Amino acid sequence: MREQIEQLKLQLENELAVVSDLQELDAIRVRYLGKKGLITDLLKGMKDLSNDERKAVGALVNELKQVAAEKIANKTDELKEAEIRKEIESMPLFDVSLPTNLDRGSYHPITLVQRECENIFKSMGFTVEDYSEVVTDYECFEAVNIPKNHPARDMQDTYYLENGQLLKSQTSAAQNAILKKYGDALKNEGKPIKAIFPGRCFRNEATDACHENTFFQMEGMMVDKDISISNLIYFMKTMLSEVFKKDIKVRLRPGFFPFVEPGFELDISCLICGGEGCPSCKHSGWLELCPCGMIHPEVLKEGGIDPEEYTGFAFGLGLTRLAMMRYGVKDIRDLNSGSLKALSQFTDDE
Amino acid sequence: MFISMNWIKEFVDLEGLDTLKLISQFSLSTAEVENDIFFKGSDISGIVVAEIMSVEDHPESKKLHLLKVDAGDGKLTDVVCGAPNVRVGMKTAFAKVGAQIGDITIAPRPLAGFESFGMCCSENELGISDDNSGIMDIDPNTPNGTDVKDIFAIDDIVFEVDNKSLTNRPDLWSHYGIAREFSAISGRPLKALEIDDLTKYNDLKKVDMKIEDPLCQRYSCLQFENIKRNVSPVNMKIRLFYCGMRSINFLADMTNYLMLEVGQPMHAFDSRKVERIRVKRFEKPLTFTTLDGVERNIDENTLMICNDNTPVAIAGIMGGLDSEIVEDTTTLTLESATFDAASIRKSTVRLAHRTDSSMRYEKSLDPELTTLAIARFVKLLKDYDEGVTIVSSLTDEYAYKYPTVTLNFDKAYVDKYTGIEISNDTIVDTLTKLGFTATVSGDDFTVEVPSWRATKDVTMKADIIEEITRIYGYDNFDVNTAKSPLFPVNMEQEKCDEERVKDMLVKRYNLHEVHSYVWNYYDELKDLGIENKGVIKLLNASNPNIETIRESLIPTQLCQVKSNVGFAPDFGIFEVGRAITGIDENNLCIEKKFLGTTLYSKTKDVKTLYFELKDMIETIVDELKHKAVTFEKSEPTSNFEHPVNYNSIICDGKILGFIGIAHPTVSKKIDKRASIVFMQIDMGVLAQVKNSSISYEEPSKFPSMDIDLSFVTDTFAPVKEAIEKQNCELIKKIEVVDIYEDENGKSITTRLTFSHPEKTLKREEVSDVANAIIEELNSKGISLKG
Repeated sequence: MREQIEQLKLQLENELAVVSDLQELDAIRVRYLGKKGLITDLLKGMKDLSNDERKAVGALVNELKQVAAEKIANKTDELKEAEIRKEIESMPLFDVSLPTNLDRGSYHPITLVQRECENIFKSMGFTVEDYSEVVTDYECFEAVNIPKNHPARDMQDTYYLENGQLLKSQTSAAQNAILKKYGDALKNEGKPIKAIFPGRCFRNEATDACHENTFFQMEGMMVDKDISISNLIYFMKTMLSEVFKKDIKVRLRPGFFPFVEPGFELDISCLICGGEGCPSCKHSGWLELCPCGMIHPEVLKEGGIDPEEYTGFAFGLGLTRLAMMRYGVKDIRDLNSGSLKALSQFTDDE
Repeated sequence: MFISMNWIKEFVDLEGLDTLKLISQFSLSTAEVENDIFFKGSDISGIVVAEIMSVEDHPESKKLHLLKVDAGDGKLTDVVCGAPNVRVGMKTAFAKVGAQIGDITIAPRPLAGFESFGMCCSENELGISDDNSGIMDIDPNTPNGTDVKDIFAIDDIVFEVDNKSLTNRPDLWSHYGIAREFSAISGRPLKALEIDDLTKYNDLKKVDMKIEDPLCQRYSCLQFENIKRNVSPVNMKIRLFYCGMRSINFLADMTNYLMLEVGQPMHAFDSRKVERIRVKRFEKPLTFTTLDGVERNIDENTLMICNDNTPVAIAGIMGGLDSEIVEDTTTLTLESATFDAASIRKSTVRLAHRTDSSMRYEKSLDPELTTLAIARFVKLLKDYDEGVTIVSSLTDEYAYKYPTVTLNFDKAYVDKYTGIEISNDTIVDTLTKLGFTATVSGDDFTVEVPSWRATKDVTMKADIIEEITRIYGYDNFDVNTAKSPLFPVNMEQEKCDEERVKDMLVKRYNLHEVHSYVWNYYDELKDLGIENKGVIKLLNASNPNIETIRESLIPTQLCQVKSNVGFAPDFGIFEVGRAITGIDENNLCIEKKFLGTTLYSKTKDVKTLYFELKDMIETIVDELKHKAVTFEKSEPTSNFEHPVNYNSIICDGKILGFIGIAHPTVSKKIDKRASIVFMQIDMGVLAQVKNSSISYEEPSKFPSMDIDLSFVTDTFAPVKEAIEKQNCELIKKIEVVDIYEDENGKSITTRLTFSHPEKTLKREEVSDVANAIIEELNSKGISLKG
């Protein structure tokens, strides 16, 4: 009996020495330690032994059981470890120098520039207003103090429709509606009108690399008691410094636009040379950027706002021009071409 | 318009001031000056007056002469000269050896076998006129050796003002008007114009002249005789030339000179041809030959100057050929008139003929100018040609006089508008320098607008703000933020939706945003066989190809897809753009903002692509509104749409738009082997769909239970309907896990996930619901898969 125990122990050790995978090992475990395993079998042979002998052998069998369980557990750990090692060793080296497919969607560059401007103004408390592309003669001209005989109303500049409406030639066509929309809140609650209104405009002219009949502008205005020229300069300088992400110098020159009085042409210090003078600013140090001015009293009046009580400023930014400046687009026609070779490059939001 | 600083300085003394700085201040205070400033005469030196002492013919050339000239340096200089007008005793401009003309330095050089030590110069060669007919013929009283720059105003600084920046300032279309600005900017006084006293001629006969049309505001004229002078003085020619005008003859130059000086266009007629001046329109169109020899069609709206019933000039635009001054003209009639600005502009547009004169009239000229210009004209005429006699009295009909404009405002108004402190004295002083009559009493101002600013430019007190501030200088402003109260900013739903949709399509689905025109490109549509549909057209499209305003974004998008074939095997484009879908009862366009999306693929079959697009639509609506959409079979309305699988997109009972496949005819023209699908959503309708808020549910602590049901059916719709009909709160998720199709038909396996918040579900509870669904479907002839 004792011999049998020793033999079994030896046999187990031999088998464990050669086992190489967990499945086999488990089979061994079942064969030795299972309910009907070899070790349990040993106990069956004990019924012929004396009480004392049975006690002693029983202890030996139990010891064997413990030893076997321990050896199998150790072997299990060993094999698991070996398996992990094998898995690690079998991992190939990746070629991280391989190119990745970076195909991504893209925004229209106007969207990118427009969002940026909108965010700047939103952060300064301006609302963003959307407006239709087809407008009436009243909205586009009469309401913004462009009289019947003004050259801007000539057929050759504006696209007219069969029903007498027209494709808006300027974002100012929204001014009247916005003044009316927020006029009551201004008068009754003292809420200043602060709005920007980006939009697509149309001019009936021949197109080339620098001219388009369809382009984007963004107009803005602020109306309240005591809005002054000094405020206008402040807002333009602050806003443009944000747009161009550097401290911009601005200067105003008189400019004539029917919907403002006084009206200005706003120049910014040249973005390339900073004002020193370079070929891109024709050595003047300045870049003509946008028209602006104090809202004409007639425009306020037409919008239902008393120009004796309220004043305001307005400005127009060429979003198309800004986009071209920002990204170095040379041919304005690329923007409406739908050409993905051009447009798919504008993948980012910021 | 070119401005000569010499001319300006004739009216305002700018001695000791930096001219370039003044010009840049002018640009900041008055009107835009172009970048290039011209330093006239700076490239000319060493040109002196020389007398031709002898002239010999060149032995071998008919053109050339051999001259000996006295340049005042005590010797005779040999010069070979090709000018036709050389003669002994003539004094001319002589470029000595070492002289500079432009890039050329004069050096001795052989000319046809003879050495020439200098060059006799024409005005053209000196860059002071375009006269190249011969060398200069200078007053014989001038001492030899005098530098030509000492007798002629060759040195000058000339700058160009952008005409566009003068549209509202009729007074600035003249040197005198610009000089007034320089006076205000520099603080130096403006000199009065030297004029002739026309009252001297009051006893002479009147010219027979009559305004017969309200479009003529004022007509002034005067007749004179005995003009001997034919060629203008050199200095006059130089000024005209520097300001971009050709010298023609003395009289024509005089009218041009006056126009540049005081801004009043003038015209001289042969008096024989205008015995009875009538200003009127003709009832019927006619043809008329202007002095440039062009025959022009004149319609009944064009104001004409006539001799009785014979037209002699197009009012304010150009004189006629027949009434021009000719060699045997003895008596001249000088016209100085004012016409209705809008009428002149419209005539100019109709005639497609814009002149220096009409350009000024278009700006609403000051009628007060007409007689002033004549008085100035006569003064200069007499200065340059002493023998001239005036043979008529000033004949003047002043039909329309602008009302005097008087404006009242107070200091508080100026403070509020400017946001800075400008003193009362500065305000009065600035306005006075600009020609306004300004008085202040306490803080109340009364300002009378001068006639040259009162034709349309300055009409209200806000205009006065500009006058004060532009001279004060915007660079001198203190810059301050507004004191307005702050309020939260609300965004329109449609705008928010638009931005989020763009983000989703770009970031999640890798689509490309494009822009396109609001009109159909007929040619491009035709190439694809797409009909040119739209509810309204442009009246004045530059090209019939673009006259129809689009009613949908998709046709243009299909054209754009075609132009991008080859860009990638798979791509998708989208645009948030506008289209006109109808005309309302007030005859106004119904404008819609659409999201249009088109997908193109060479690698996916049309069904896969279609479902990708359907997924986008459902995801967009779910993300924006937390709502589900349904698709409902519809009939296509245009020929680019495939008649099968054309579905309306419906949410909350509203039709958001449609999804469809490109018609095979169109699709094949774009790419024979590609799948093309599209959808369009009305952003306005989408914005109206109420956002259903997230209703949070405590996560159940108990396990959920799945049950799979396979039905034999062609579509999922009845299954979905049967499930929804149970209105069972325990169903947390409905999922299609398998679609099997063989010759026996199609079956769809749906997995229902049940969960109870407070207990572990029992099999029977779930089976009851499943059985109800099965029964419901059985009643419709749909059975479980065997």
